[in-house]
Amino acid sequence: MSRALIRRLAALSEAPGPEEAHVVLADRPDGTVVSGGRTVAKAHAPDCDAAALAVRLRIAAHPRLHGTLLPPLPVTGPDGYLVRYDDGRPLTRWPYGRPVAPDDPDAAPWEDAARLLARLHAVDPETLPGPVPPMRGPAKAARALARMRSAPTAAVPSLTAAARAVEGGWAALPPWARDEAPAPGPGLLCHGDLHLGQLVRHPVPDGRWLLIDVDDLGVGEAGWDLARPAAWFASGLLAPEVWTRFLGAYRAAGGRAVRPDGDPWPELDVPARALTVQTAALALAKAAPEGRPLDEVETALVDSCARMA
Amino acid sequence: MQCPKCHAPMHTYNRNGVQIEQCAGCRGIFLDYGELESLTRLESQWSQQAPPPPPAAPAPAPQAYPAAPAWGAPHHGHHGHHGQHGHHGHRSFGRMLFSS
Repeated sequence: MSRALIRRLAALSEAPGPEEAHVVLADRPDGTVVSGGRTVAKAHAPDCDAAALAVRLRIAAHPRLHGTLLPPLPVTGPDGYLVRYDDGRPLTRWPYGRPVAPDDPDAAPWEDAARLLARLHAVDPETLPGPVPPMRGPAKAARALARMRSAPTAAVPSLTAAARAVEGGWAALPPWARDEAPAPGPGLLCHGDLHLGQLVRHPVPDGRWLLIDVDDLGVGEAGWDLARPAAWFASGLLAPEVWTRFLGAYRAAGGRAVRPDGDPWPELDVPARALTVQTAALALAKAAPEGRPLDEVETALVDSCARMA
Repeated sequence: MQCPKCHAPMHTYNRNGVQIEQCAGCRGIFLDYGELESLTRLESQWSQQAPPPPPAAPAPAPQAYPAAPAWGAPHHGHHGHHGQHGHHGHRSFGRMLFSS
């Protein structure tokens, strides 16, 4: 990440000075986020589809999503919500929201997350600014596999075996979940990348919970939004009580991704398998360059992949 | 999974929270570690309960383990999830909860 980009983001986030009083909240290949206090600025991924992002930003700002998605702040630029950095990367501005405390997952707002997803899934895409892009979940799963394949897993024998198990789980998925075919069905409006880092309270400190990060938002298989908690539960990582709370709150709010009663796995099976494979692939992509074996949690996901083939 | 004896496909069934693989060919049954003990425990609970007629007001049924897919981690009913669930203190899972 360049200092020039950080300075540009700090300026956009209205930090008092170019080099002071701003905090880098995240700095990853897929996004850099800088906070200047009440406002944050985000540099999106360099290969981000700016036209699709512009639609996603207009959706987040749309009154229909009020109370569900954090709306972006306007910027001075042709699209109204994004400006381009020198290298073409889109930059956006957002109000600062208070994230979930990372030290106590049990106290995390699982029910609020479920209710927000149910509300999101109920929005008719036809009523929104368009063209509404496809949800990017399957594309991100395919990208995770590509990262694993280019990582030096062959250097560690246990990682070689684990990569084989992940490939087996990947091969057993239907083509749409591997981003090789369009998703079946008309699809619902979905977030596309739900985890506990995608919730903030706004206004700070005690405003309502809202979903953030619209980079993967779009029309698709809504079970994808429930698939991370489902995958964690299925792999024995998330307590069954927490899974029951999350699923129960989603159903109580009228969530449409799963049948209202009974076994939800007919709808969740494929997305949860895809997220299990994706998470295991990323764990391998990170462990391989460090030359370390997988830890207990990562191994639980690889074991699940091995049982899918 | 294939049957280790006759190599026919094995199907997974869930009985009272115990996951059982049965071969479609020779009908052989495969039990994971601890599952025989779970079945034995369930059987002894059943035989203890069976002789007297059911009481007028039976105790409420224990909360069922939520439905899980066949590829999920083996679990052992609602009593002893052998410490695998809720790695609440596990830093690796803590990070996973918050990352893409």
